[in-house]
Formats: sequence, C-alpha cells, structure tokens
Amino acid sequence: MVKEIERYGIPIVHMSTITTISESVGANRIVPTIAIPYPVGNPNLPENEEYTLRKKMVERALKGLNTEIKEVTQF
Amino acid sequence: MKLELRRIHIKDIQLGNETTVKNGVLTVNKEELISKLKEDERIKDVKLDVARPGEKVRIIPVKDVIEPRVKIEGEGNGFPGVSTKMAQLGDGKVNVLYGAAIVTVGDIVGFQEGVVDMWGEGAKWTPFSQTFNLVVDIIPVEGLAPHVHETTVRLAGLKAAEFVGEAGRSVEPDEVLVYEMGSHAEESKKYPDLPKVAYVEMLISQGLLHDGYIYGVNSQLILPTLLHPNEELDGAVISGNCVAACDKITTYQHQNNSAILDLYAEHGKTINFLGVILTPELTTLEGKFRTCDYTAKLCKSLGADGVIISEEGYGNPDSDLLMICKRLEDSGIKTVLITDECSGWDGMSQPLADTAKEAIAVVSTGNVSHVVTLPPADRVIGNDKAIATLAGGWEGCLEEDGSLKCELNAVIGATSEIGYHNCTVKLY
Amino acid sequence: MKFKVLYYVNQFFGQIGGEEEAGMAPVFKKENIGPALGFNGLLGEEGEVVGTLICGDNYFNENKEEALEYIMNVIKESNPDIIVAGPAFNAGRYGMACSGVANAVIDELNIPVVTGMYIENPGLDSCRAKAIVVETTDSAAGMRKALPVMANIVKKLMKNEELGLPAEEGYISQGKRLTVLSDKRGSRRAVDMLLARLTDEPFETELPMPVFDKVDPAPAIKDLSKSTIALVTSGGMVPHGNPDRIQSASAQKWGKYDVSGREALTGEYCTIHGGFDPVYANEIPDRVAPLDMLKEFQKEGVIGNVFEYFYTTTGTGTSVGNSIKFGTEIGKELKEAGVDGVILTST
Repeated sequence: MVKEIERYGIPIVHMSTITTISESVGANRIVPTIAIPYPVGNPNLPENEEYTLRKKMVERALKGLNTEIKEVTQF
Repeated sequence: MKLELRRIHIKDIQLGNETTVKNGVLTVNKEELISKLKEDERIKDVKLDVARPGEKVRIIPVKDVIEPRVKIEGEGNGFPGVSTKMAQLGDGKVNVLYGAAIVTVGDIVGFQEGVVDMWGEGAKWTPFSQTFNLVVDIIPVEGLAPHVHETTVRLAGLKAAEFVGEAGRSVEPDEVLVYEMGSHAEESKKYPDLPKVAYVEMLISQGLLHDGYIYGVNSQLILPTLLHPNEELDGAVISGNCVAACDKITTYQHQNNSAILDLYAEHGKTINFLGVILTPELTTLEGKFRTCDYTAKLCKSLGADGVIISEEGYGNPDSDLLMICKRLEDSGIKTVLITDECSGWDGMSQPLADTAKEAIAVVSTGNVSHVVTLPPADRVIGNDKAIATLAGGWEGCLEEDGSLKCELNAVIGATSEIGYHNCTVKLY
Repeated sequence: MKFKVLYYVNQFFGQIGGEEEAGMAPVFKKENIGPALGFNGLLGEEGEVVGTLICGDNYFNENKEEALEYIMNVIKESNPDIIVAGPAFNAGRYGMACSGVANAVIDELNIPVVTGMYIENPGLDSCRAKAIVVETTDSAAGMRKALPVMANIVKKLMKNEELGLPAEEGYISQGKRLTVLSDKRGSRRAVDMLLARLTDEPFETELPMPVFDKVDPAPAIKDLSKSTIALVTSGGMVPHGNPDRIQSASAQKWGKYDVSGREALTGEYCTIHGGFDPVYANEIPDRVAPLDMLKEFQKEGVIGNVFEYFYTTTGTGTSVGNSIKFGTEIGKELKEAGVDGVILTST
C-alpha cells in the first residue's frame, strides 16, 4: 500500500516493526516501531513514559515527511 | 534415547459407560470425562461428540487436535510441565491410540480457529478427516479474559487426551515403531561419511493464540533451543492454538511431526540427523535478529551440512525464515525451507511478504488464500456461523443451504508448514 | 455442433503483402487464409474456422482504437466461441496486435483467446495472464509445430477441460500459482530436495523468490504547519461492530471512517486483525494508529490538519495484489483531497 500511495507523489512514512520487510517491499521513509501487537506504544511502560515514547515516535514520522530523501531512510 | 511408539489401530470411537479399547474400538465413558474436565472451575459445561471419516460431518471452530496416548514405561506420562509434573521425555514406551484424535471446539477465542470436514471436498484439504475424532466442545464460564479462556481450552484438550489415552495402557499394539538415536559423538562415529542434517522448527510466539509451549515454557521466553527429536515425538511441544487454522502446528502434529519422522527415516542411510532446533518467531525486530543469529549459531556449532527450516504462520515470520536461511547459506550450510504462501484468490500475487536471493530451495505447502467450496453437512458439530469471523472466512461465506465458501486459511492443517499435508503450488 | 473459431492474422500471414502493406486497415474475410487454413484442418470434426480478420501491424499499433472498433464489431457479429490470433513468433508489432485483440476480446466479450509467441516477444507480458499464449520459436519456421499445440489447447478449452501445466500443454505460464495436491507430503519433498542439494543433484524450488519493484521517494512536505496529514493502518482497527465487515485475514476491502470529531481512536475502535495478540491494541487502539498524537500535534500547530478520514484494512495474509489495489484506491482519494503527507502503520 505504501508504494502505491507514494506513486501519487504524496510522501508517506511507514511506521513498522519489521523494518527488514518494509525495506524489501520498497518503503522509502521508515520509522521503526516497538512490537507487532503494539507498534506505536509499549504496555510494559508506566503511563507517562509510554506517552512520551508514543509522542516521540509520531514526531519522528512527521520529521520523516519533512525531510528530502534520495534513498531508503530510517527516522 | 530410545522411544517406542506402540500403535494400537483404532477403527471406531463410541461413547459409553466405560473407557476401553476392545478389538480396535475405543469406547469413552462420557460422564466420567465430562466431570473430569469440569473439575476446572473455569469450565461451565462440556459436550462430547464423535466424527468418523466419511461421515457428512463438519467440525467448527476447531482450536487444537491432540493424539491420545499413554506412557507405559519411562518418565513423563502426559504433557510434562503443562498437565503433569516435570520429567525428561524421549525415552520409554508409549501406547498410541493411532487413528484417534481429540478435537477441541467451543466459543471463539480468536480468529485463528478452523474447520474440519470429514467427507468429500473438505476432507481432501485436512489431514484430520482421516482420524476418528472425539470432539470436545468446551463451554467456559462467563466473563473469562481472552488469555484465560485460551489457557482453559488448551488444558482441557490435553487432559481429555490423557484421560482417553489411559484406555490403551494394557492393550497389545498392532505395530511398534522404534526411534533410537545416541549422542552426536556416537552417531558421528557410526556414520562418519553421512552429511549432518539439523531441523529448525520455527514456532509462532506472538501472544494470544500465537504461542507454542515447550515443556510448558512459552516459546516467547526462550532463546532457540536444541531438542532430541524423541522429545517432541514424546509430547514436549504443544500448540497454543496458534495462528491461522491452515498452518498452525496442532499438538497432534507436534506429536507426529512429519519433518522429524521423514528425517528420522533417512537417519543412518543418507544423513546423520542431528536433532530439532526450536526457534521462536518474535514480534520485535531486535528479537528476530537475536533468534535468527542464535539459530544459525546452533546449526554451525553442531556442524550441520544441511538444514530444513519450517515456518509457522505467514507475514512477518517470512522475514525470520529468510533471515535464518541467509545466515546459514552465507556460512556454507545448505538449506531447504518449508512455507506456505499468500498469493491471493487468483494466485497472481507475490507469495511471500519478504524476499532473499539465498532462498533457492523452497517447498511450498499451498496458497492460504486458495478458495474452496465445501458442500452442506448433514451434521455440524460446534457452530458453523463462526466461519464469518474466522481468518479465511468472511461475512456471507456461509450459504443458506449450509455450504461454505472459504479460503484454505480456515481449514485445519491444510497448508501445514511442517509439511504434514500434501498441498503444493504449481505455476500455471 | 462444431465450435466456431475466428482467426486473426497480420497483413503478411493474411497474404496481402509484406512491410509495404503494414499500414492496411483491418478487413474481414469469410474464408480461411494463411495459418487459419492449416488450423481449420487440425480441428477435425470438433470445430471450424468461420473467417479471418486481417490487419496491418502498423495500422493496429498506430490506430489502435479504430482498428479495435472494426475488429470488435466483426467479432460481435460473427459471435465465435473462441478467437485464435497469430502465432506472432518474435514479430514485435504483430505480437502487440495479438495482445491488443486478446485483451479487448477477453475484457469486453469474455470470449477466450489462444495465441502464440516467442518468449521474448514484447506483446507477451501484456496478455499472458488472460490469454493462453503458446510458446513458439522465434521465426515462422516454427508454424508447423505451433499450430497443433494451439489447436489442442483450443479443443480442450471448448470441451471445458482444465489445462495441465504450461510445460505439459506447451503454453507460456500465466503467472497463476494454483494449489494442488502432491503425491508426497511436504516434509518428504523437503527431505528429497535437501538430499539432492547435499549430493549436488539437480533440484527445483517450488517457490521462486518474489521480486518487489521500487518507487522514487516523493518530495518532502515543505511546511508541516500548513500540511494535512492522513492516517492509514493495516492493523485492522475498525469502529466497534466492524460495520464494513472487513476480513480478519486476507482482506478483500478497506474502510474509511470520519475521525474529524475525535481526539483519539480509543473508546470507539477495536482491531479485527487475525495476525497478532489483540489485547494491547484493544486496550488502547491508538497504540496501532496514533490518532491521539497527531491531534495533539495539530493543536500545538506542528501540523496544519489531520485529514478527516482514517483509512484501515487488515494486513495479515492479504495478497500483494489486493494491497496494491487498496493503495491505489486510497492514494487516489488522498491525492484528490489534497492530502500532503501520510503516516501508515503496520502490525
């Protein structure tokens, strides 16, 4: 899905845990996430720490959208 | 280790007032088994039923399948670490009610449960159409959390298998299979010229309905570990009712792991079989790197010349499968992978979620999205409306006349990635 | 009753002329010309060729619309059971024409088409999935061999018999991976394959590795604070009750839900994804699709806006073909709505 959306010229960031797969299938902007059942979160952390973690991850995704790239890049 | 699997050929199952095997007919004391299972206060009720090969019977939603057995000599009757106390498995004599199976059904816990048809088109796609099935329908008390519900059902199936297995304790077997293999040093001395082969069995280890258990240890918690093949044949590994029905390794398939059996058959003839490495498929990238490195290291330490790797599930574990393959091929170890594929309804899609040029020898056990039409059954054990929410089913896939259109995804054992069944894919 | 075949050839095989006639517009003749003659003989009592369509290769490729209009009209009028085109061998323009005719006939009229090409013919890729393309040599010297193979396939199709493997029947693979039962179980095939590898015997993989194409990275968003960001997930997050009945595995569709009035997914959403332990995602759905964080960044002015719709489907067991379809459909909507950037989360 990532590639097809990018084909329209819209920058897209893939937030995924198994970044090896993202790279194989051809995502360009990638933010590594925590685990498959909870990519953007971590239930093992206390509430406030999980909040900070989650916010930072989304911030990285936005940074990715805001950054010119020429090749596959992890943010 | 030396394990004797003493097969008592079962030709029918009856429900009755005692639990015995006479002339190949297994009779199960219905009331006693039900009250035994209801000792678990999380179980509200149990229903028992029998499904025989060829009967127009559909069983759904199936969670696990277990072979009833009893250990008559050696340590560890039952499933040590799970339903009985810890013991070292792999040695001794086991009486097997061969041809019989315990099949657990009941309210859906997750989407990963499946269908078994005993006749016709459906029978073709599942190995469990060929067994006489004692179907245990487990109704839990209300309000169980999903994880607890899963545990309850899993344990009930194992207990039922133990209870039924006892019937074979003093019955003379029809055939005796002996599995014997010494230490690596001994076997290498016996067969100095045969290539050494290890078997890597990947286990999905990703949470609710996605775990395997080894001597009761959740596979999520382990580093890859080496087993003597006899241990798995003796009940060391059980299913956590994992993943899509088509490629979950049921407990029955661990007890009769076809990859182990087929490698054993070549041991001392064309290969020197080194054993089984159980490898968890984890949900984090770090975890995947760790287990794949560790698995490759174990294979190298053992001096393997060749390795068969079987996957469980699809999607993200494709990545683990290919990473292990790459690491082994890069160190000069020849691999063969066993996997199923997701090529879409039309079979025109890329079959895997990941790719690696090193994977040059792959056995495909079928397309999980292959659509089959199963005619209406005379009798449904369980609830056929469950198909709409199972992986491989969809809203409206159960027709009014009771026929069922679904993907192989929903058929138990159809695309078994330990190669238990006969499906494959051809390019047309 | 005999089945009816309509035959398509170019100007050369239609015995009009060589390159100098390549610009000729299509004509229809109610007789068997060129390969159609030999082909008719091969059908015996089962079928007959009812006529030959002849079109110049240049004309077809340069005036495709007009050429097809005429050709399709002839086909509709003569109402054949099957179309046979070529074989085109390694003639590129002829191959493109056979492919163009095949695709139009199959898509619009649902009539089967059998043709023949050399494996490197540029017309092959565009029609191999739909038509049956018999593998031929690279020159017309292979006509005598190709026609019986094509005729056999035509006869089988007309009897509703299933075609065997490409190598057995002589056609070029359509790229369909079909599930069949083998006489040996999978584990035994694996052991045999490994034994072959260990003794350096030949072996054949049952699953050649997939090839994924690449897309150039889209340009970055210049000013985040003025941008509209859309949230998409393959984690199966849906409103409670799954109103669009998206499948828990092997998704056949996607859903979109208005989240303009929401601060977070938590409270109204849950996952129907069959590929992971859903407990944590159901506790806080924003762990899978972080709408709450995007809304915070919107409030803080970091981004201009969160797109009013949230897009969702299930990734597990979903074919790449369907993912491409979903991505194309969703991307089109996002493009038309003027979305500047997308965050897509996967489980």
